[in-house]
Amino acid sequence: MSESQTDMQDLYRELILDHSRNPRHFGRLSDATHTADGINPLCGDKLKLYLRVDDRGRIESSSFEGSGCAISVASASLMTVTVTGIGIDQAESYFEEVTQRLTSDRTEVSSDSSYDKLQALDGVRAYPARVKCATLAWHALHSALENKTTPATTE
Amino acid sequence: MSAPAHITASASWRSDFPALHQKVHGRPLVYLDSAASAQQPASVIDAIARYEREDHANVHRGVHTLSHRATEAYEGSRDRIRDFINARSRSEVVLTSGTTESINLVAQSFCRPRLQAGDKIVITHLEHHANIVPWQLVCEQTGAELVVAPINDRGEVELEQMLELIDDRTFLIAVAHVANALGTVCPISRIVEHAGARGIPVLVDGAQGVPHLEVDVQALGCDFYAFSGHKMFGPTGTGVLWGREELLDAMPPWQGGGDMILEVSFDKTTYNELPYKFEAGTPNIAGVVGLGAAIEYLQAIGMQNIADYEHDLHTYMVSELKKVDGIRLFGEARDQASVQSFLLADIHSHDLGTILDHQGVAIRTGHHCAMPVMQRFGISGTARASLAFYNNRDDVDRLTAALGKASEIFA
Repeated sequence: MSESQTDMQDLYRELILDHSRNPRHFGRLSDATHTADGINPLCGDKLKLYLRVDDRGRIESSSFEGSGCAISVASASLMTVTVTGIGIDQAESYFEEVTQRLTSDRTEVSSDSSYDKLQALDGVRAYPARVKCATLAWHALHSALENKTTPATTE
Repeated sequence: MSAPAHITASASWRSDFPALHQKVHGRPLVYLDSAASAQQPASVIDAIARYEREDHANVHRGVHTLSHRATEAYEGSRDRIRDFINARSRSEVVLTSGTTESINLVAQSFCRPRLQAGDKIVITHLEHHANIVPWQLVCEQTGAELVVAPINDRGEVELEQMLELIDDRTFLIAVAHVANALGTVCPISRIVEHAGARGIPVLVDGAQGVPHLEVDVQALGCDFYAFSGHKMFGPTGTGVLWGREELLDAMPPWQGGGDMILEVSFDKTTYNELPYKFEAGTPNIAGVVGLGAAIEYLQAIGMQNIADYEHDLHTYMVSELKKVDGIRLFGEARDQASVQSFLLADIHSHDLGTILDHQGVAIRTGHHCAMPVMQRFGISGTARASLAFYNNRDDVDRLTAALGKASEIFA
């Protein structure tokens, strides 16, 4: 196997390919309490994120729709899996964690074991041109939780 | 039997471009993104370096030797540009920062003062954002209407329908010479003929035309022709607006500042003559020197030789791409130049771009600043391979092999 192929498999890990082919929580959430649009102006990809947050600030359900590359769809899918069932404060801390991991040189791993699955996104760090694909859904999450009316962008 | 002369020549052309001789991710670089920005030959890089080392000073200002040399070099490039596009006079060659500025100049200086509510500007569905948004802006400012001529599934302008859209309220027609996303060569002469008979000016966005076709603005018969230096093997931040002298003459300045004036007092300012009226401030002198060197290089090869060579290579690329399982081509115009947009199975163009890059193959991915074209085909973007005369059949073979890898990864 050539070196370049090994590297590509670091980016396109099985979990990423699986979530991009079969995105979880894909579709519209009719009774959403929070929504946000995410736009990546570089490629024109768009996604719409839906959250239903209960009175106690817990994300009861989440979903997304839109089109994008394997990285952005997989990241959005992993995100909805991660944030469904948790409190909005914890969801915000995931946003911080993911965006920092992908955009800084920081190497220490979060002690939170629920982060394990998201480590599949770490391969993106070696591809600076693709980091924005991976963070788009997370910016939309942050934006939805802050009830922002303008679309989230990765810029 | 020896290889045809132009094949042999291509190898020597390629050796003139230092950036092409490097490895990317361990593989020799295959550069198929010249439509976004073309590489520069050593002669251009050297001309800029020589200017910066030996001749740099401000132009049109000093009486000292370096200022004189800088002015000679800068104005020498203007003469070369005039010759290259066969403009009637050097007064018609306005130096800008690129196609985008050239088009905005026409929108704001030619159109804005005269456009009336209800007037129309006609463009095509093929245009780059730089030939859409400046017109949208001036339409918003004046109440004029932007009218878009349709294209067919091959990516060709529906000419008859376009001509029907042109009526006595049409103020200007703006059309790409070669469409950047699909490579369609637009029927400029037919459009010009129709418009000319009605006294309607035509602007041609030549950003993708000039690098690939022999351009003679007088023979084309258009009224404005805009293009960029960096698409034609020169530096970024340089460009040209060619316009008919009588039109440019009647237009007010675009920006105010030094160099565009004859005399300034607080009561009245007299503007400089053409083309300086449109060149406020210290220009990109080194860039323009480089642009002149790029034209010198192109003229030595000959634009017709370039067009012929690229036509053969493009035909080869299309036939090889068609052999790839799951390929979908976008843009199959009967007259097409140098670029090919495509998608592979259901792989997103950005994923294709990353996988190809990892094999040393540089292509453009996404919407190519032509979102309406993507909307027309119901897609968010394409992968686009664009050719220059420094590419060869090996590059095309590397492209198709890399697409095979992409299919493996996404199998």
